[in-house]
Amino acid sequence: MFYRESGDFKTNYADDQQSFPIKLDRYAVWVLLAFAFFVVPFFINDYWEKSVLVPFLVWSMAALGLNILTGYCGQVSLGTGGFMAVGAYSCYKLMIAFPGLNIFFVVILAGIITAIVGIAFGLPSLRIKGFYLAVATLASQFFLIWMFNKIPWFYNYSSSGMITAPERTMFGIAISGPSAPSWATYLFCLTLVTIFAFIARNLTRGRIGRAWKSIHDMDIAAEIIGIPPLQAKLSAFAVSSFYIGMSGAMLFGVYLGSAEPGEAFGIDKSFLVLFMVIIGGLGSILGSFLGAAFLILVPVLMKNIMVGAFGWPADLAAHLELLFIGALIMFFLVVEPHGLAQLWRMTKEKLRLWPFPH
Amino acid sequence: MDQDNRIGDTLLEVKNISLSFGGVKALTDISFDIKEGEIRAIIGPNGAGKSSMLNVINGFYHPQEGEVWFRGKKRESMKPYQVARQGVARTFQNIALFKGMSTLDNLMTGCITHMKTNIFLQAIWKGPAEREELEFRERVEHIIDFLGIQAIRKTPVGRLPYGMQKRVELGRALAAQPKLLLLDEPMAGMNLEEKEDMSRFILDVNDEFGTTITLIEHDIGVVMDLSDRIVVLDYGCKLADGTPDVVRNDQAVIDAYLGVSHDD
Amino acid sequence: MSPLFLNALEVILNGLMAGIMYSLVALGFVLIFKASGIFNYAQGVMALFAALTLVGFQTGQVPFAHLINAMFGTEIHHWGSGMNTFLAIILTMIVMIIFAWLLEKIVLKHMVNQAPIILFMTTIGLAYFMEGFGDLMWGADIKTMDVGLPSGGSLWLEDFTKGWAAEGTEYYGMYIDVLDVWAAGIAILLVIALTLFSQYTKTGRALRAVADDHQAALTVGISLRTIWIIVWSLAGFVALVAGIMWGSKSGVQFSLSLIALKALPVLILGGFTSIPGAIIGGLIIGVGEKLFEFSIGGMIGGATENWFAYVLALAFLMFRPQGLFGEKIIERV
Repeated sequence: MFYRESGDFKTNYADDQQSFPIKLDRYAVWVLLAFAFFVVPFFINDYWEKSVLVPFLVWSMAALGLNILTGYCGQVSLGTGGFMAVGAYSCYKLMIAFPGLNIFFVVILAGIITAIVGIAFGLPSLRIKGFYLAVATLASQFFLIWMFNKIPWFYNYSSSGMITAPERTMFGIAISGPSAPSWATYLFCLTLVTIFAFIARNLTRGRIGRAWKSIHDMDIAAEIIGIPPLQAKLSAFAVSSFYIGMSGAMLFGVYLGSAEPGEAFGIDKSFLVLFMVIIGGLGSILGSFLGAAFLILVPVLMKNIMVGAFGWPADLAAHLELLFIGALIMFFLVVEPHGLAQLWRMTKEKLRLWPFPH
Repeated sequence: MDQDNRIGDTLLEVKNISLSFGGVKALTDISFDIKEGEIRAIIGPNGAGKSSMLNVINGFYHPQEGEVWFRGKKRESMKPYQVARQGVARTFQNIALFKGMSTLDNLMTGCITHMKTNIFLQAIWKGPAEREELEFRERVEHIIDFLGIQAIRKTPVGRLPYGMQKRVELGRALAAQPKLLLLDEPMAGMNLEEKEDMSRFILDVNDEFGTTITLIEHDIGVVMDLSDRIVVLDYGCKLADGTPDVVRNDQAVIDAYLGVSHDD
Repeated sequence: MSPLFLNALEVILNGLMAGIMYSLVALGFVLIFKASGIFNYAQGVMALFAALTLVGFQTGQVPFAHLINAMFGTEIHHWGSGMNTFLAIILTMIVMIIFAWLLEKIVLKHMVNQAPIILFMTTIGLAYFMEGFGDLMWGADIKTMDVGLPSGGSLWLEDFTKGWAAEGTEYYGMYIDVLDVWAAGIAILLVIALTLFSQYTKTGRALRAVADDHQAALTVGISLRTIWIIVWSLAGFVALVAGIMWGSKSGVQFSLSLIALKALPVLILGGFTSIPGAIIGGLIIGVGEKLFEFSIGGMIGGATENWFAYVLALAFLMFRPQGLFGEKIIERV
């Protein structure tokens, strides 16, 4: 009744092709963004920053990246953790080498470096398809993690083998390091994620997005109608790695503050991001956010309920969490392979017709 | 009919093409030409090598011997997407649409060889990318009107009935504004009405846009009515080549289609 | 013979032994892939789960003790002093069959005709689920597995090879773990048994029919669902054997499930549908990674076993995308 599109006429193609064709959607997004930018920073505290909001934003960025590669271009990658590590170590080396550099550019540059590495590891995708490729991306995962563990130059010969983020600023406000205020790290991540979510949307709705989707749906037909598979796949690898690299840089620089490759960027992280994309919805920008929110919030909730309310031991809660997440993945793949985003679309479909469904 | 005005010089010529997979010979020493503006049919029994011939023309298969000449130039070994960029579009025997995308998106993908904006302009969207997008949207809408598929513009093509999918696939090929359009069994599995529609579209495309068309079809009646010239293949060899009347009366063709008694 | 050469020989022998263990895990993958087109990532976790269950039965643990204690404030952990190893193995096998049956009932029957990559991701979910379930049922602490297999270095071989080195050089003979030799023997027996089963029994024939063409198998009256239960039970059995071998060698703990990651490159090399491929692929990977670590690994920081197999498989894929024994893929439109 309230959510509807009748009376909202499109008189030209530009209106018909905008991101949120329905007026109410458009307003909702603006309100949400205004709330996130102008209200939340005044109320944010350390707990919300550290266990909910910043991890949500960081993993959303990674999920966006993997969704471009897997959801849009159809190339399944299990190397996300490795590419996040590339982003994190690039970020670290850049922070050390250029202490005066604005952290915003550090993160962007880390993304660009990861994109280059991503292209190199994406080359096999030309000859290898499907889960052969998925297994091949594991090679990048294991090789990269091993490299960051074994080559001391990457961690500046520190005795612990760990990397620790020094304090770096933007407009004179600390964003990384232990003294960075909650609202600053939150706003920094929010700004980056917002900008790049819109960019992802633009890329996926235009020429390049269609090239990716056509490779996903039928790569032979795509090549025959004039899409060079090399260019399409490598551009997907590059853009995807760029996002994943930025999320790795944010994870290390802004969120964790210090990292050790096997722990922070192991194969379970690759799976985590893949799960976010599956649960959220393959081939959906909104889905990347929903999936990240879901998999960040569910463990926090489960922990709060089981450990906090019931007083169960933490390891038991961890086992139940594994069990629950595994079951969820299977549930989604069986019942709704297009994830939460599809459920949301169907709800909207129903709402449009409500209260007169016929 | 103004045959002479419509048909121009040779657009594409294949010379002595031979293709084999392992030990199996798919095509043996095939030569024929396609003239600009004509409707050229390739017919033959199942397994005669018709689809392989199309695959050779659009660069998907690389023949072991022979040459392909396109617009007066010998074509070196090319990837399918390079051939597409030269202006060859096609449809497939088993529909090869992008099933997850809408009709509109499929057609827009068809124009992709003509779109130029780079990835950075695409990321910003406002400005050149959006202008280009809208320009091609106009063009695609024109094709949508032509094929009468306005109602299914935003429907994912996986949900469309078979006949509609065939039509959308033709639309996607047209969106590329091809010089040469290859149609692989455009009427397979259609009922009479759908065949009539499709025949109309083929004639209109040829007439209105002046597109050269090469088609494979099993319905001999349709082929005889539509095409200017026909190539007949059997077991990978060329049996006959000429106007419908010539082919109809060719003894080798009659033998291949009706069977011949080997007793005497 | 120089000690260096003998050392290399020892490395190769140990690589072969390790390779057979990899083949054992890869075998479970091949079985399921052939019959259902599912690439079962959970095979490693199945081995872990089987090993956990076996140790649990052997030592008489109460299942879900941790959860029950947390819920009701009780203090239970064992119900007795455990049971005979043989009985425990039988019981574990029954658990694996029940698991296969439940899996088919709840998940697999909905997954017919899904894209292979969706099926693959489902089994990743399954791996998480089973890991959580196994930990919940038996606890996540490291357990030792003892089913009576001998272990330790073979003194006989050490004595036998001591004299091989050239006079005057220091050489103490080759070291090979007896457990590895046993594992190799059992793996070979298992392969022979599986081959005989699929060649000469009615069920085996049905299995091969399903592998060839689901639709055609259905039309001649083979029940796809029964076959799937059988195949997953078989894979459960292979997982149990692998679990016993790896568990006896390095304890029953989470890292056991990572052997699945070892088996993946083996499968790429050998092809997903070939049992001999799985074995030869396993041997190549086993020997390759040990030799690489022995010859070059030391110079570049060691621990190259983590990735070498993958890089080898990747390099191989670039030249033969269909694997060692797969047929050449001809693309059609």
